[in-house]
Amino acid sequence: MEILMCIVAGILFTAATYLMLSKSILRIIIGTGLLSHGAHLLILTMGGLKKGAAPLLGEHAKSYVDPLPQALILTAIVISFGVTSFFLVLAYRSYQELGTDDMDQLRGNDQYE
Amino acid sequence: MTLLHLAIIAPFLFAILVPFLYKYFRKIHTGWFVLILPIVLFSYFVQFIDEMMDGNTIIQTAEWIPSLGINFTAYIDGLGLLFALLITGIGSLVVLYSIFYLAKEKEQLHHFYVYLLMFMGAMLGVVLSDNVIVLYTFWEFTSLSSFLLIGFWYTREKSRYGAQKSMMITIFGGLLMLGGFILLYLLTNTFSIREMISQVPAIMDDKLFVPALILILFGAFTKSAQFPFYIWLPDAMEAPTPVSAYLHSATMVKAGIYLVARFSPVFAGTAEWFWIVSAFGLFTMFWGSFNAVKQTDLKGILAFSTVSQLGMIMSMLGVGSAALVLDSVSDTYYSVAIVAAIFHLINHATFKGSLFMVVGIIDHETGTRDIRKLGGLMSFMPISFTISIIGAFSMAGLPPFNGFLSKEMFFTSMVRITELNILNLETLGLLFPIIAWIASIFTFIYSMIIVFKTFTGKFQPEKLKTKPHEAPIGMLISPIILASLVIIFFFFPSLLEYTIIEPAIASIIPGMLGGDEKFHVHIQPWHGFNTELWMTIGVVLIGLLAFLMLSKWSGIYRFTPKKLTLNKGYDAAIRGLDKSSSTFTRFYMTGFIRDYLAYIFIFMIVIVGTSLVVKNGFSFNLRNTAPVGIYEAVLAAVMVIGTITVLFAKSRLTSIIALGSVGYSLSLFFVLFRAPDLALTQLCVETVSVALFLLCFYYLPELKKREKKLPFKLTNLIISLGVGAIVTLIGLAANSQRVSETISSYFIENSYELAGGKNMVNVILVDFRGFDTLFEITVLCIAALGIYGMIRLQAKKEGEE
Repeated sequence: MEILMCIVAGILFTAATYLMLSKSILRIIIGTGLLSHGAHLLILTMGGLKKGAAPLLGEHAKSYVDPLPQALILTAIVISFGVTSFFLVLAYRSYQELGTDDMDQLRGNDQYE
Repeated sequence: MTLLHLAIIAPFLFAILVPFLYKYFRKIHTGWFVLILPIVLFSYFVQFIDEMMDGNTIIQTAEWIPSLGINFTAYIDGLGLLFALLITGIGSLVVLYSIFYLAKEKEQLHHFYVYLLMFMGAMLGVVLSDNVIVLYTFWEFTSLSSFLLIGFWYTREKSRYGAQKSMMITIFGGLLMLGGFILLYLLTNTFSIREMISQVPAIMDDKLFVPALILILFGAFTKSAQFPFYIWLPDAMEAPTPVSAYLHSATMVKAGIYLVARFSPVFAGTAEWFWIVSAFGLFTMFWGSFNAVKQTDLKGILAFSTVSQLGMIMSMLGVGSAALVLDSVSDTYYSVAIVAAIFHLINHATFKGSLFMVVGIIDHETGTRDIRKLGGLMSFMPISFTISIIGAFSMAGLPPFNGFLSKEMFFTSMVRITELNILNLETLGLLFPIIAWIASIFTFIYSMIIVFKTFTGKFQPEKLKTKPHEAPIGMLISPIILASLVIIFFFFPSLLEYTIIEPAIASIIPGMLGGDEKFHVHIQPWHGFNTELWMTIGVVLIGLLAFLMLSKWSGIYRFTPKKLTLNKGYDAAIRGLDKSSSTFTRFYMTGFIRDYLAYIFIFMIVIVGTSLVVKNGFSFNLRNTAPVGIYEAVLAAVMVIGTITVLFAKSRLTSIIALGSVGYSLSLFFVLFRAPDLALTQLCVETVSVALFLLCFYYLPELKKREKKLPFKLTNLIISLGVGAIVTLIGLAANSQRVSETISSYFIENSYELAGGKNMVNVILVDFRGFDTLFEITVLCIAALGIYGMIRLQAKKEGEE
């Protein structure tokens, strides 16, 4: 199971990297979204995917799944959501001001040459 | 902290006062206040002569960084005292001269004297420190203050160029020297020079010994303007003349000589030391004198002559070290070279100082230093003429001036070295006296040029800015004192023999004599018709002939192409460095975010991949894995299809929806893997994110190229496949090599007992690890505020209200 999950995470990372290397700012943001999905999946996998009850003591089960990675992922999801929304609005504003979303035109160092 | 330490740092302390003296006593030339200090210091150091004559040394330690063994240890022996007397003595004369040279109305005197005092203190620190780190500190202070003094007239382009060049070269050497000191520290485990000397027999065969030797010589050669590092010295002539006289003839350029002399007890006795020091010295002597002849600027001639004379002293120190190679020779037959080196060091300081001052006077009174414009000044400036005759004839090595004595001794040592038959000297040894002799002929020629092209010949008033006349008496005092010393030292060399020279030699070649013996130092003007005298006569005859026929043969200087000079080489190297670093920066700093991301990803692939290979991270172990269920397999397929759809989507809308599908399948995974809170959060977040993406998509305009298919890039594909592969490999490797048990049993056992909650994830979030949550809330707040700010606060464009 873990092997399959690692491969899926790898595919997510591949796609994310490919998107982040493209010109359009929207694609870059989609890439970061895929990247965070991949990372969350990887954290969950690393915690071990052994079967067990959901981490609720009311279940009275013999074994539970590891609760710590879940807490970490929950934090990570919220933070990546905050960053992604900020990033999106930034893209929207930069398009409004600069009139382009092409990263090749958003080069900052022309004036220093 | 003793009186001796105070004497060393007194110039630094006095420098603090100088700006106040300048500001509050504007009527009086600031130099008069400054003059007191070197005179006081000189008389203080003179007191030590008696001690040194008895063969004593003085050590005073003040703690600086005792934990690292770096202490400000002041150490006076014969060599240090000789230099301290030179620094303070010539320093007094130079300050006196500068009072008349620099006008108090026009020049920024407070700057000048602060720099000069800094230099004086630094120089005293260099020659009186026993600790190499302290020595290095003061060494760099001399480089720094020399830089400031050369660039004193900072509005002139050439001053700035000269200052920068001297800084680059001397700091380069200084840093290499520091490397040499550190190597010596590694060998001996001490920073003290005296303790290093005591350990020499033990360290001589170490493999770090020769690198340390070479690095320290780099420092000495750059500072003392040896070939090929002499190129900064002619450009340093843009400094005011008192500075040239003080720094670039009498003191700073001799710091390298001092270093060689000081480390002779450590390194001398090895073939490397003998050959490097004497060969570079001798060649520098020849090269400097050869180039001095073609100069047309008086200070240029003097600069090259300084280079040449420093080479001469250096070669004598090298040749003298042969005395230490020979253990069998019990007398001091070969150490005469060291005597000659020390004696010439003193002589050079006297005659070169006076010559520089005279050149300064000529410049001051006529407005030019160009020998093509000067001539026939003898009748206008009789005193300057007399002084320059004394200085130049002494430099040429003629009697009755002190240069004659040291030049004879120089020839003696060069002739004697041919008699040695060690270190390959039986064949190459003959070159020593021949090169020395040729260099002396050139020395004779340029010495004559200085005097006769300036003071005799046709007077050319039309080329001069002002009508020449004799300098004010104040300006003449210092050169007169120096010129009188030139003559006094010839007739009474015994004044120096056992007072200064003998103690200095005892510190350069210690251990040659046992017990209370002393070196036999006897300098005499006449020693019969021997080889040396005939060599001098030959120098005079051929030199005179060559000087008279100068215009006939000066064409040889045009043979060397201008592009091949060392200065061009230096300029090209600096320009090349500048250009290539800028080209390199422009090559990789493209400004495209894609390139930078590519660098980051490639580095990640290379570094992580390499360490996986090197550390053998591929030992997979499948025992811990859970079985694959049908639901998970189907969901994984859905997720992969969604991801691929994002990649190949023709429109942005498709890719956003596909991204959403990936997010929702992730939340389904959370359901399958028993993570209800995660599934809930992921669902909400994904919904809001997709909405945001759609909003953004709505506001971003329809760009026709955007609707086209994503252009396919092979490199991007390779990079991203690499990243994916690396991530998968890390995941697999980490999964199969668990080193310790999970700590989650603690949470499972205690979340009800300690925290009173049954939902373990929530208990961890708000109780066990509540700080994470606090700052995650902060992150959300900041994001919200940032978004609000971005939308509401818009900087007014120019022209708008």
